[in-house]
Amino acid sequence: MTGLRYVYAVCRPFGTPLQAELTGIGGAPPALLHHHGLVAVVSTVPEADFCEEALKAHLEDLDWLAATARAHEGVVDALTTVTTPLPLRLATVFRDDSAVRTMIEAREEHFRSLLDRLHDRVEWGVKVYVETETAESAESAEPAPSPARPASGRDYLRRRRESSHAREEQWQRAERFAHGLHERLAERAEEFRLHPAQNAALSGARGQNVLNAAYLVSRKHSEEFVELVDRTKDEAAGLRVELTGPWAAYSFTGEAAS
Amino acid sequence: MTVVERREIALVDLLDRLLAGGVVITGDITLRIADVDLVRIDLNALISSVNEAVPSPFEEVV
Repeated sequence: MTGLRYVYAVCRPFGTPLQAELTGIGGAPPALLHHHGLVAVVSTVPEADFCEEALKAHLEDLDWLAATARAHEGVVDALTTVTTPLPLRLATVFRDDSAVRTMIEAREEHFRSLLDRLHDRVEWGVKVYVETETAESAESAEPAPSPARPASGRDYLRRRRESSHAREEQWQRAERFAHGLHERLAERAEEFRLHPAQNAALSGARGQNVLNAAYLVSRKHSEEFVELVDRTKDEAAGLRVELTGPWAAYSFTGEAAS
Repeated sequence: MTVVERREIALVDLLDRLLAGGVVITGDITLRIADVDLVRIDLNALISSVNEAVPSPFEEVV
C-alpha cells in the first residue's frame, strides 16, 4: 500500500518530545520533519484513502470525517501543550517528505509571520443559545386566564399573535445579550472571528444558536477570559453560554482582520 | 489550564475549525476545500433527512 504524507501543523522547533503513545490518522504515529528552522508534523496515510477521488467521497461520509477530524485535532491538541502550532486545514496531503520540504521553502516567510502573530496565544470558542424549550414551557406555565381551547377563531388568532410576540421579544433579548457579551469578550481578546451560527440539526445541541464566535487570547490572559465567560453564564434566563477550548488558533490563520 | 472541564468536543465545533479554519495549502492532492460549504450542506441534508421533521412551533393543536 502506498503512503502519502499528511501534514497536521507547522511549528517552530520545540524541546519537549511528543507523548510516545500519540497517534494520528489511521493510528499512525506523527513524526517531526525539520526543515529551514521550521517543523512540519506529519504522518503517513494510505493513498487509497487520500487520493483525490477517495477524499471527495470520504468527505461526504460523516463517520470517516468525524474520525479523521478527531485524529487531526488530537495531534494538534497535543502540540498545543508543548508549543504554539500553526494548524493546517483538514486533509492537507503531499506525495512524500521532499514535497513537504518544498512546500515549507515556498511558504517559510508566511509561516514565520503567522507563528509570530500566534505565539503563546490560544483560541476560545463561545456560543450563545436561546433555550427554545424553556421559553415554551415558561409560556405555558403562565397563569392563563383564557380557557385551554380558544372560544372563537378571533380568540385563536389573538393567542397565536401573543405567542409569536413573546417569541420575538425573546429573540431580541437574546440578540442584545449576545451582542453585549461579544463586545465584552472582544475587548479582552486580541482578535475575534464570528463563525456562522450552527445548525441545530447538525450540532444536536438544544436551543437555537445565536452567537458562534472564536477569540484569540494570550495564554497569560486566558484564565481571566474564561472567568469572564463563566460569570455571564447565569446572567440571562432562557439563554445558554457555552465555552470550548483552549484550541490551537485554527480560526486565526488567515489575514489579521480585527 | 484546568479551568474548563474537558468534555468530548462536538463534531460541529471541530468542523467549524478544521474545515473553515487552518492554513490552506495547495497540497499535492488538492481538493480545493472551498467545497467545504458544499460538504456542510450535504451533511445538513444527510442529517435532516434522518431526523424526523421538527414540528413548527406555531402548530397548536386546537
